[in-house]
This record gives sequence, structure tokens and C-alpha cells, in this order.
Amino acid sequence: MNRVAQSALLFLLGATLLHAGTTDLYLRYVKAGLRPLVLLAGVVLIATAAATLWYERRRTPGHEHHEPRISWLLALPVLALILVAPPALGSYSASHTGTALTKPFGFPDLPADGPLRLGVADYAGRAVYDDGRSLRDRELKITGFVTLDRAGAPYLVRMGLNCCAADAQPVKIALTGDVPPVLSPDTWLEITGRYTPRRTKDPVNDGPIPYLEVTRAKPVPTPHDPYDETWNT
Amino acid sequence: MRTTGGTGPVATTKPAPRETDEPPENELTAPSPADGPEPSSGDGPEDGRHLNPPLLLTLVLLTAVMLQDPIRGALSAPVMQSWMTVFVAVMVQALPFLVLGVLLSAAIAVFVPPSFFARALPKRPALAVPVAGAAGAVLPGCECASVPVAGALVRRGVTPAAALAFLLSAPAINPIVLTATAVAFPGDPEMVLARFVASLLVACAMGWLWHRLGRTDWLRPPARASYEDQGKGAAFWGSVRHDVMHAGGFLVVGAMAAATLKAVVPQEWLSAAAGNPVVSILALAALAVLLSICSEADAFVAASLTQFSLTARLTFLVVGPMIDLKLFAMQAGTFGRAFALRFAPATFALAVVVSALTGTVLL
Repeated sequence: MNRVAQSALLFLLGATLLHAGTTDLYLRYVKAGLRPLVLLAGVVLIATAAATLWYERRRTPGHEHHEPRISWLLALPVLALILVAPPALGSYSASHTGTALTKPFGFPDLPADGPLRLGVADYAGRAVYDDGRSLRDRELKITGFVTLDRAGAPYLVRMGLNCCAADAQPVKIALTGDVPPVLSPDTWLEITGRYTPRRTKDPVNDGPIPYLEVTRAKPVPTPHDPYDETWNT
Repeated sequence: MRTTGGTGPVATTKPAPRETDEPPENELTAPSPADGPEPSSGDGPEDGRHLNPPLLLTLVLLTAVMLQDPIRGALSAPVMQSWMTVFVAVMVQALPFLVLGVLLSAAIAVFVPPSFFARALPKRPALAVPVAGAAGAVLPGCECASVPVAGALVRRGVTPAAALAFLLSAPAINPIVLTATAVAFPGDPEMVLARFVASLLVACAMGWLWHRLGRTDWLRPPARASYEDQGKGAAFWGSVRHDVMHAGGFLVVGAMAAATLKAVVPQEWLSAAAGNPVVSILALAALAVLLSICSEADAFVAASLTQFSLTARLTFLVVGPMIDLKLFAMQAGTFGRAFALRFAPATFALAVVVSALTGTVLL
């Protein structure tokens, strides 16, 4: 690979990172906090491409410097991001990974009246480890995507993220009550429902999964950040 | 860009010199769309028959844009989607850290004179090893950053044993990683201490082992074009370009391997391994190698493996930053295959033994 091709590839890679970092695209793959680093890396790569071209023009001929063929592989992430832009991890990963619910540090007070908006992990943590004390007789609104297990039972899931999608793990809530008859996996739903003490175990890792009694399920668009980053931090 | 393209004037007047730092035959290379007719392998007169690389790159991109719909169709299977997402995620997450490490390594290679390291490190290699290992605590990054920096240290005349101790300790014992460990294990603060102690021990032991048994001809320090005859700017950017292209290519190999395992290996296998104490340690050590998670995030994954003992999870945290698929590919690229094939298994074995012992004592 000669230097002009290297320069082109470096530029494409940098431009792709800038594209992902300036839109919401990067949120499908990494946590929001990495954004400055992604943008910085894009700028440095483009600067490297420019410097390579600049010094290439002034270079005395005779020192052709080829990089090994393996460098061509850097075209793959560029193609994957620009052409395919794979979606955030969804029901496939969720159904193959056990629920990652762990005991929360504490249970901060919830607003006293009105319908209560909760995250999937927040509801699951309070339902399993606080016996739903703060949830009883409240109208709850929870947003997540649908996952079906092998038997076809529906779960509401949100994937949690620590760094990038390679370490993403799901927290699951099982659905009961007035569940819509046809649910397709990966649909985002806002569920309105009530706490129920019923629980089950995740077939994958025997982790605890609380139930939620559904009164209404409304399809919603995929949220701005598909992962739950409040989780574990 | 000149109208003659990149290879033209040079390649036709004299045979292109083979690069000395080119890995012999890149067996690790998975087929890439543009791999076949790559001209750098052809010498001299045959170059005219090859397409030149920029043109090739343009053609590949145009073809991919035209075939966008069929490609999307083929990739819409859930397994493929999940594979692609993890692959892209590992790349997007690791590239910024690789770029930081490459900038630092270029700065070391160009602006720090070799005499600095001669003064900063003890003369005797046996003493330089623990100093360099402890110095790993100041490089705030993950393992992608430490490989190019260690390569630059070797080129600047630091004894390989000390540079290797730095390579192993830096991703595991820096403040960011230790803080992440403390956050991930709120109930077990001794985990942070155990991780620090075990990682530093393994790094120093590997340094000393290399000092006693290592042979220089296993190590292929990248003999690159000397920077002495160029300006500092040209040398700096030349080093950045070289390291990104080189380590980046190997990073892609590692990311593909990690994505394959994440998408394919069922989690039920892990639950089966958790019952036996010895098997569980080995299983999590193997998992750390296969998953290739960034050392800044691995503590959270370890924390979620609740069915395993703390010692087994400590092994996961010690092995992961020192040796995994991504790192192995990058080490082979930077130091040579002969080195990586010896260094990686030794590191793995030592890391497993030391973390099992540390876990028994401290946890």
C-alpha cells in the first residue's frame, strides 16, 4: 500500500469517526462519555492523512515505503459504519445473555404523586431487592424493547453499557397482564403498568426477573441513546 | 495527488525495496475485499499490470455503494447484525485509545532523546524491570495504547525486559482502571488491591523471565526508516501514520475475533464451568483472552459474572489486559510473530498462576 492510498484510508477512517461522533450514530456503539475522544481521534487521523500527502509531495523519490497488506483491513470498519451502520444491540443479544441485575446501592425517594417514570433497571432493582415497597399502588411508565424467549414469553429489556457494546448486558422485566397479542422482537414500547410481586428466573443464568402487570403498551420510537448508562454508575 | 498515481515514478525506475519491518507473510490476515491485487508485493517491472491502490480503494467503495441493498439484505440476519455491532463497537472504542498511544509513541520516538531513558531507568536490567513496571501506573489508557508506546521504548534503547514489564503493567494498574474496578466491586474493595498486586507481580516476573531467557533474535523491533535525515515534523507524522496503519490493521483482526466469540459462544457454557474452582479459574482466563474487552471496562463484566468466585474473577481481570486476541495480533505486528508465539503463552500461564495465588491470599 503506497502512501497516497494510506493517506486516503486514514482520511476515510477519520471522516467516518467524525461522522459517527457528530451525529447520534456513535451512541449505538460506545457510551456518550467517549464522544470527545472519538472526535479527537477523527481529527488526528485526518491531520495524519493531510501530513502524509504534504510530506509525500516534498519527499525525494527513491524511498518508497509500503505498509503491509494487513493495513487494508482498516477499510472494513469504514465500510461497516458508512454502508451498514449496524443497529444497537437488540433482542438477539438480550435473549442470549442472562439478566445482569445486581443489588443497587440504595433506593432514593421517588416523586410522591402522578404516574412514575422508571428505567428498566430501576424498576427491576426495586422490585427484586426492595420488595417493591416504593412501587405499590402506583401507575408506572417504563420504556424498553421487546424480547421473546424460546417459549415465546415476552420481556421488556434495556441493555446497559459500561464502555462499548462489546460489554453490553441486558436487564429484563417479564410482562404479564394486558400484553398485546402480537409482539415483534426489537419493538420499543412504553409500558404503563403496576407492580406485581410475581418473579421468575432467567433461563440463561438463573438471574432474578420481576414481573410487571401491563395495563397499556404504546409503541415509541427508538430513544436517542438506546443503552441505559445510568446503570452501574 | 500526482496524476501519475503513487507507485508510478519510483517503481518504474528501480525495484521497490522490500520493507524490512513487513511481517513475513501475514498468516493472520483474514481476506479483505481489497486484498488480492495489492501492488506492494509486486516488484519492479510488473507494477504496470496492477491497479494502483487509490484506484482500487475507489472501486471497492463504489461497488459497495452500488450493491448497498443486497449487502444490507445479507447482513440483516440477527447473528450478523449482532456481530457487526460488536465489531464496530470494539473499533470505535479502541481507535481513540490507539490514536492516543500512537501520538505518545511518536512523541517518544521523535522528541525524547535516548539519553533520557538511560538516565531515568536503573542501569541493571533486573532493577529497571520493577521501575518500568511501576511506571505503567502513569499511562492512563487501555491496552491498545500501551503496545505502540512499548515499541517506541524498545526503539529508544530501553532494555526489552523493562519495556515488556511496562507493556504488561500499564493497562492494568493505571488510576482509571483501578477506579473502574473499585466502582464495579463496591462490596469488595480488596479486589482493587488484589488486581494491582497480581498485575504488577506478573509484569515484573515476565520482565525478569525475559531478561534471563529471552533472546534478541526473537524480538523484531520495527527497523523503520531512520528519522535522522528528516525534519522533526516529517518524522513525527511518519511515525503516527506507520503506527496507525500497522497496529490498526491488527486491531481489526482482533475486533473480528472478539465479535465472533461474543456472537457465537453461548453463555450456558459459562454456567456449567462455574461449579468447579479450578475449572472456573481456567474458564474465566480463557474468556478474558477470547472476549478482548478493553481494560477500562472489563471490571464491570467481571462484576456481572456473579456465579464465579472472586478468585476466578480476579484471574479474568489480570489476564485480560495482558493477553487477549486483539493484543496478540497487535504484539505480533509490533514485535514479530516469533516473539508473540513465545511471549503470549508464558504470560497467560504466569498470569493464571499468580492471580490464583493472590486470590487465595488476599480475597
